[in-house]
Amino acid sequence: MNPFQYVRATKAKAAIDARAGDATSQFIAGGTNLLDLMKRGVMTPQRLIDINKLPFDKIERQSNGLRIGALALNSTTAEDKQVLERAPLLAQALNAGASAQLRNMATVGGNMLQRTRCSYFYDPAMPCNKREPGSGCGALEGYNRMHAIFGFSDKCIAVHPSDMSVALVALDAAVLVSGPKGERRLAFGDLHRLPGDEPQRDTNLEAGELITAVEVPDSPFTKHVHYLKVRERASYAFALVSVAAALSLDGNTIKDARLAMGGVAHKPWRLTEAEKSLIGKPATEATFQEAARVAMQGAKAFKHNQYKLKLAPNAIVQALKNAAAVS
Amino acid sequence: MEHETPPAGCPGHDEARRTFLKQSSLLTALALAPGAVVRAAETEFDEKVAAAFEKVSLKLDVNGVKHKLSVEPRTTLLDLLREQLHLTGTKKGCDYGQCGACTVHVDGKRVNSCLTLAVMQDGKKITTIEGLAEGDKLHPMQEAFIKHDGFQCGYCTPGQIMSAVACIREGHADSEGEIKEYMSGNICRCGAYPNIVAAIQEVKNGGQKV
Ligand SMILES: Cc1cc2nc3c(=O)[nH]c(=O)nc-3n(C[C@H](O)[C@H](O)[C@H](O)COP(=O)(O)OP(=O)(O)OC[C@H]3O[C@@H](n4cnc5c(N)ncnc54)[C@H](O)[C@@H]3O)c2cc1C
Ligand code: SF4
Ligand code: FES
Ligand code: FES
Repeated sequence: MNPFQYVRATKAKAAIDARAGDATSQFIAGGTNLLDLMKRGVMTPQRLIDINKLPFDKIERQSNGLRIGALALNSTTAEDKQVLERAPLLAQALNAGASAQLRNMATVGGNMLQRTRCSYFYDPAMPCNKREPGSGCGALEGYNRMHAIFGFSDKCIAVHPSDMSVALVALDAAVLVSGPKGERRLAFGDLHRLPGDEPQRDTNLEAGELITAVEVPDSPFTKHVHYLKVRERASYAFALVSVAAALSLDGNTIKDARLAMGGVAHKPWRLTEAEKSLIGKPATEATFQEAARVAMQGAKAFKHNQYKLKLAPNAIVQALKNAAAVS
Repeated sequence: MEHETPPAGCPGHDEARRTFLKQSSLLTALALAPGAVVRAAETEFDEKVAAAFEKVSLKLDVNGVKHKLSVEPRTTLLDLLREQLHLTGTKKGCDYGQCGACTVHVDGKRVNSCLTLAVMQDGKKITTIEGLAEGDKLHPMQEAFIKHDGFQCGYCTPGQIMSAVACIREGHADSEGEIKEYMSGNICRCGAYPNIVAAIQEVKNGGQKV
């Protein structure tokens, strides 16, 4: 690891000012992504600002939903009674990620800001526009099995690896941010961005902005939900494709639906049109097949990830079946 | 910058270190932000401000023994345990959070000690494999691993045992499937998995206090 200065913030403002005034600094929460990247020389911050002493680890009930502090651990959040009761989809997605040990370290804020697992990004000897703007995209003509089928650009075809974020975008969550210019609230779908010409920017956060909490509004999606993660082994591996599916049923009729995918784009991929196609229809395989068809419109694969064009719609149908408990 | 700095103990190290500190902590910070902002910010950090190569003091309770230590900020908890405290039971398999060989308990929770900085654990209570037995009396999980042949080469074993104890304490050992899922963060290249699961089930079903 490169040597760095270490400071521990006891006030949010101190952390924000220090980060805003020094582009070579980084916040550190659980450290499970940042330290990994630092050990490999992918990120080389000159100063780490430890935010773990800030009072942002509470999970609270609000009038219209849950407020989960950015420093709440992935494990604590996944096992929290209120989360299990009101947002079971989020608990399922969290438990599908990483390992029990890592979930005991990883925070909610750090999880949504974890960086892509693209192997070219991870290897400083390789070209990568995200790590080193202008150096080219190694994956575009290289080995791109894990890469995007939606929303990519010719500058970057990486996917966002977080499971938790797929559930949060489906549940219409919001991110609370505190920065040099004050506080703001972003719809979860607006936190991450598509690569475009600036793949080095994963999110729409500005320098110094600190995530303080995420809000998950109350919804009817407390029963018929399923997070399906397809990966190369049964556990402790990143998703090839994942699907967050949530249904609100009246008998066998779909009153409302939420659908999002992971492992397919530079951001958690909400499937709004497919959701619309589900509403008012019976919860049957035919309905789910149609939603999957709508969801896949515009998908385009590269040399090694053609399989995702088949895997993704199949995963959507399966996740919806599991959510509805249709066999 | 680090390439220009001779390692500790080599001639020129201290001088290079001083230059580095001046440049990194004062000059660049002042150049990038108005002085007042930096000063205001600095006062709201607690005493733990450590420059790059400067050692920072740290208090840890490791296996019931209180330690006052001094580490470079970039020292991981794993390296501190193994290299400074000579507790080499905790293993370094991958050093990237991928294998679980480095699993220890921090304030009762199992974590990968390779992916956390020692300074971040200031004031915490750490339990390593060396802290599990009571004197000569092995922990029930250690006994069960021996009984069920829960290892072959033994390299992953300290991590497996620390993880297994936590798995039961967390309440995640109710079925074979649940054990497999919640032990997936511990990789065994020798493939002792079935025996590891059997050991955990025995301890769990035996109802011993873990
Ligand atoms: C072997 C392995 C397997 C994994 N498998 C999975 C998986 O299957 N699914 C999955 O989803 N994840 C997986 N992960 C990733 C893991 O979930 C992330 O590393 C973790 O969630 C990051 O959280 P953290 O608190 O440790 O973040 P850190 O490493 O501390 O921080 C990550 C980034 O976020 C920034 N940051 C942190 N908190 C804040 C905040 N409050 N405000 C602003 N910026 C902030 C930091 O500056 C840093 O840039 C895996 C990781 C490993 C090592
Ligand atoms: S896909 Fe993105 S992250 Fe991967 S090499 Fe290309 S630019 Fe880098
Ligand atoms: S050494 Fe820490 S997980 Fe492998
Ligand atoms: S016993 Fe050899 S790695 Fe597990």
